[in-house]
Amino acid sequence: MSETLTLRQWLLTDEPTSRRHARLASLYKGWLTLRGNTMAMFGLGILVALVLMALFAPFLAPHDPYVQNLGNRLQPLGSPGHPFGTDSLGRDILSRLIYGSRITLYIVTLVALIAPLAGLLVGTVAGYVGGWVDVVLMRITDIFLAFPRLVLALAFVAALGAGIENAVLAISLTAWPPYARMARAETLTIRASDYISAVRLQGASPVRIITRHIWPLCISSLIVRVTLDMAGIILAAAGLGFLGLGAQPPSPEWGAMISEGRRFILDYWWVATMPGLAIFTVSLAFNLLGDGLRDVLDPKEGSQ
Amino acid sequence: MALSENTRERRVRASLAPWLKGVLVALGSVSITMLGLLLITFIIGRVMPIDPVLAIVGERASQTTYDAVYEQLGLDKPLLVQFLYYLWDVLHGDFGMSLLNARPVSEDIKRVFPATLELATLGTLIGVLLGVPLGVIAAVRRGSWIDQIARVVALVGYSMPIFWLGLMGLLIFYGVLGWVGGPGRLDIFYQDIVPTRTGMILIDSAIAGEWGVFRNAFSHIILPATLLGYYSLAYISRMTRSFMLEQMSAEYITTARVKGMSERQVIWGHAFRNIRVQLITVIALSYANLLEGSVLTEIIFSWPGIGSYITTALLSADMNAVLGGTVVVGLIFICLNLFSDLLYRVFDPRSK
Repeated sequence: MSETLTLRQWLLTDEPTSRRHARLASLYKGWLTLRGNTMAMFGLGILVALVLMALFAPFLAPHDPYVQNLGNRLQPLGSPGHPFGTDSLGRDILSRLIYGSRITLYIVTLVALIAPLAGLLVGTVAGYVGGWVDVVLMRITDIFLAFPRLVLALAFVAALGAGIENAVLAISLTAWPPYARMARAETLTIRASDYISAVRLQGASPVRIITRHIWPLCISSLIVRVTLDMAGIILAAAGLGFLGLGAQPPSPEWGAMISEGRRFILDYWWVATMPGLAIFTVSLAFNLLGDGLRDVLDPKEGSQ
Repeated sequence: MALSENTRERRVRASLAPWLKGVLVALGSVSITMLGLLLITFIIGRVMPIDPVLAIVGERASQTTYDAVYEQLGLDKPLLVQFLYYLWDVLHGDFGMSLLNARPVSEDIKRVFPATLELATLGTLIGVLLGVPLGVIAAVRRGSWIDQIARVVALVGYSMPIFWLGLMGLLIFYGVLGWVGGPGRLDIFYQDIVPTRTGMILIDSAIAGEWGVFRNAFSHIILPATLLGYYSLAYISRMTRSFMLEQMSAEYITTARVKGMSERQVIWGHAFRNIRVQLITVIALSYANLLEGSVLTEIIFSWPGIGSYITTALLSADMNAVLGGTVVVGLIFICLNLFSDLLYRVFDPRSK
């Protein structure tokens, strides 16, 4: 008990003894603020549950998500052994939803890594190097930004071919420009500061300055932006899946499941309804958490 | 007298020059953006795994036929020359032939576009008529139950897959309650009664005085338009609220109140007056987003617009149609962005 109390005191100190100490202390204070935000914690709870669900899918799912049983097709909600019913091929919808969480997390994680990193790279290089490099890179960014996102993703998938990886690529290709804009703006302010001049005078190379001294400072605003974008990424991925351009059958991707259930929506409504509720819950959770994080890291925006 | 006239004119010109320059810069950057857009669609068309020649001549054509078409399409020329040809064609409204029905893509787009326009316009109207008052009230009564509802409405709008909400709408209002028409623009019984003038059935039937057709068309469009309107409302009400909050905390509002002005006049006559320009730019953006966002909605409601057109073409590997549709949507998107940008520059003195 006294151990945790001292840890808490150590974290809440006003006089950090090392850089790591200061960083942990500010993280802890941010966490305390976030914890006070009920809605954000609610979102975080859903997401933790989602990750656990994806990790332990084989143990949680009552049935194999791929096994068809035509004698048992389109069973209604609450039928014995199938709480969410079965689809047109007699597959258990609950099990497919549980396995589908893996695909959702896979897509979201990949896009959340690729798009911000690409944007960070383009933005910091443009901001730090300046001159015509800046003009050209930002012009390209603006072109992508001016493009309608879903239509661009559709065109990319058309060129690359349908499939999860290509959907990830297409979504990332349409998602990076805002990150590049943000990273460039931050780089411009950081570049002018004294400590960057000091490092440069010490002989640090531009690559070292960008990766070791500029990137770490851009990360926190990028994280907030990514969390707020996650919901959009999930909706875009589900949209592509719904159009038959993302995950291919028989994979239990939620958007594709809605598309399957759409054909008999008027008679067997639950087949399309359940995956839609899953998508809604997860993107709502990301939105709630994103709002909370923004309040912690950028109080000015959040109060509006 | 003549001199003072002259100086006044010079003064006007001096105040005109900065925004004129801004407009020219905006126009220049837009043309570069459009060039970039065409470059991207050109590249997509070239890296595609589909052989455009085979798609035209078929698998069994002889080598000479193949070569002839290859040359006819200009595929033997350098890439830069091909791009210039492409640019030339697009600037003349030529997107090539659809591989599916062997008609010019531009004609197809001309035929399907009014359906999308009709849907997106009605959707934006719904979004503006409900979203703006909701945003204003939420800002004025900050923290009240109306503000909470506005918040939840927006949050749900940001989190709900549009195609799923459309399906649920169809299920409930068409399947269970039977309040609205089903998918499509008209019941079969009403089709081909009204001559096509604008391509927008509501307007065409009103011009022709066919009110039965009008009612039927309305019962079909109201559900998808409300759906799009909801997404537009979520965005517009949030933006209106934050613009209004910014104004309401300004000092001139306090002054107006101290002067004894009625609250109604303070809100609508002062604060709202000052957010009009910002609001119009937001509405233009949301309109552009609806034109694009209608892709999924059109599929759910079997609405024969540009979104359905692009998707159908995509699934049957009709690349000319896909790229043509993409270019048209992209150009409209860019033009609406330009429009809102110009509006901002011209009418908002703060942007100078």
